Amino acid sequence: MADIKQLKDPVSRRRFLAVGGGSTALAAFLAACGDDSGTTTMTTGSMGSGGASETAEFGKGDVGILNYALTLEYLETAFYADVVKSGLFKGADLETIRKFGAEEAEHVQALTAAVKQLGGKPAPEPKAKFPLESAKSVLELASTVENLGAAAYLGQAANIQSPEVLASALAIHSVEGRHAAVLNTLLGESITPDGAFAKPADVQTVLKSVEPFLVG
Amino acid sequence: MKEQLKTPELAAVEVDVEGGDLSRSDVILKGALAAGAIYGSAMVSPFVRKALAMSESGDVGILNFALTLEYLEAKFYEEAKSRAKAKGELKSLVNLLAEDEQQHVEALAATVKKLGGKPVAEPKFNFEYSDTAGFLKLAQTFEDTGVSAYNGAGPMIKSKEVLAAAGGIVQVEARHAAAIRLQNKEEPAPAAFDSPLSEKQVLKAVEPFIV
Repeated sequence: MADIKQLKDPVSRRRFLAVGGGSTALAAFLAACGDDSGTTTMTTGSMGSGGASETAEFGKGDVGILNYALTLEYLETAFYADVVKSGLFKGADLETIRKFGAEEAEHVQALTAAVKQLGGKPAPEPKAKFPLESAKSVLELASTVENLGAAAYLGQAANIQSPEVLASALAIHSVEGRHAAVLNTLLGESITPDGAFAKPADVQTVLKSVEPFLVG
Repeated sequence: MKEQLKTPELAAVEVDVEGGDLSRSDVILKGALAAGAIYGSAMVSPFVRKALAMSESGDVGILNFALTLEYLEAKFYEEAKSRAKAKGELKSLVNLLAEDEQQHVEALAATVKKLGGKPVAEPKFNFEYSDTAGFLKLAQTFEDTGVSAYNGAGPMIKSKEVLAAAGGIVQVEARHAAAIRLQNKEEPAPAAFDSPLSEKQVLKAVEPFIV
């Protein structure tokens, strides 16, 4: 189980996001694409461990996936809001953090609206507390959160039933990828820690990673 | 939101137009309208066949369309290694992007074969720029276009495996786009939603560079 220290450590983050070398990633891609039978189950470990039921605790089908995403977006929004308040950042970096926070807040709004549109009940905002010790540790945590967020969307894309929901999730997913690349750049780390093919994260991995920040 | 691309060569190309503004809480509705423009009328939109002059459809058609875009990007960065006059950090970035795009080309071509299709031939490209700034402008256009093209094609993909794999590529394109935008001193993530690109927009963006 990931704890805060582990999350702040770039090395364990890399391990956690399972960096693959070029040929390995290519093999994973091919393996993932090999089955064109249109079956509804994932065929490789690299594509996430479970089906739509992974998000069952958040609701049925697409509502569950959207509520899972909503929970993560709530956490990201709260995190950036706390960072802005912390006074650890100024100037251009503060503007970047504000901008990203505003975008996460838009994701929250969009996902909430989407859940309602599907007749579901939006997940409640979780109570969270984040360690805000230094600018560097905050950037590292932000990088972890964004890379994880992008991987979480990627892990669910193929489980989404509705093309409309998928279109919207994809529109958010790539923005999380952009955020992750910027934070990695600020830290002097690779913009593509997984190589040429980004890797997904399954629900269990994601939830375990955010658990340390949940309060009550 | 109308965002005119800043590249003079592509002044006529607009991103985000047909789909309307996705940066709102009613993104689902807007997203549906935008994506519907692509996959709504016919499951495989004419642009795939038109762009590639092929009659195939389905996932192979989409993968071949993506392959064409990746050919363009791979060639663009390969050339840029000697043409873009990049130094230091940017030089490393060019090398990284060239390598990533080449891997995308290989993966997509191999996947088309696995699905029983024939990988589309690499077109001949012509990229007009004379300095680092010109290179960066084109790079930003290509990466942003790539992201939106994949996002537009995503809902059309039938195979979950192909969709998941394409998702792994589009996220990397988005990371490239952000890095290139930082080099251009532009907002790396200009909007909360990367809207899908319509068929016309993809064609307009790519055709000027195919000889």
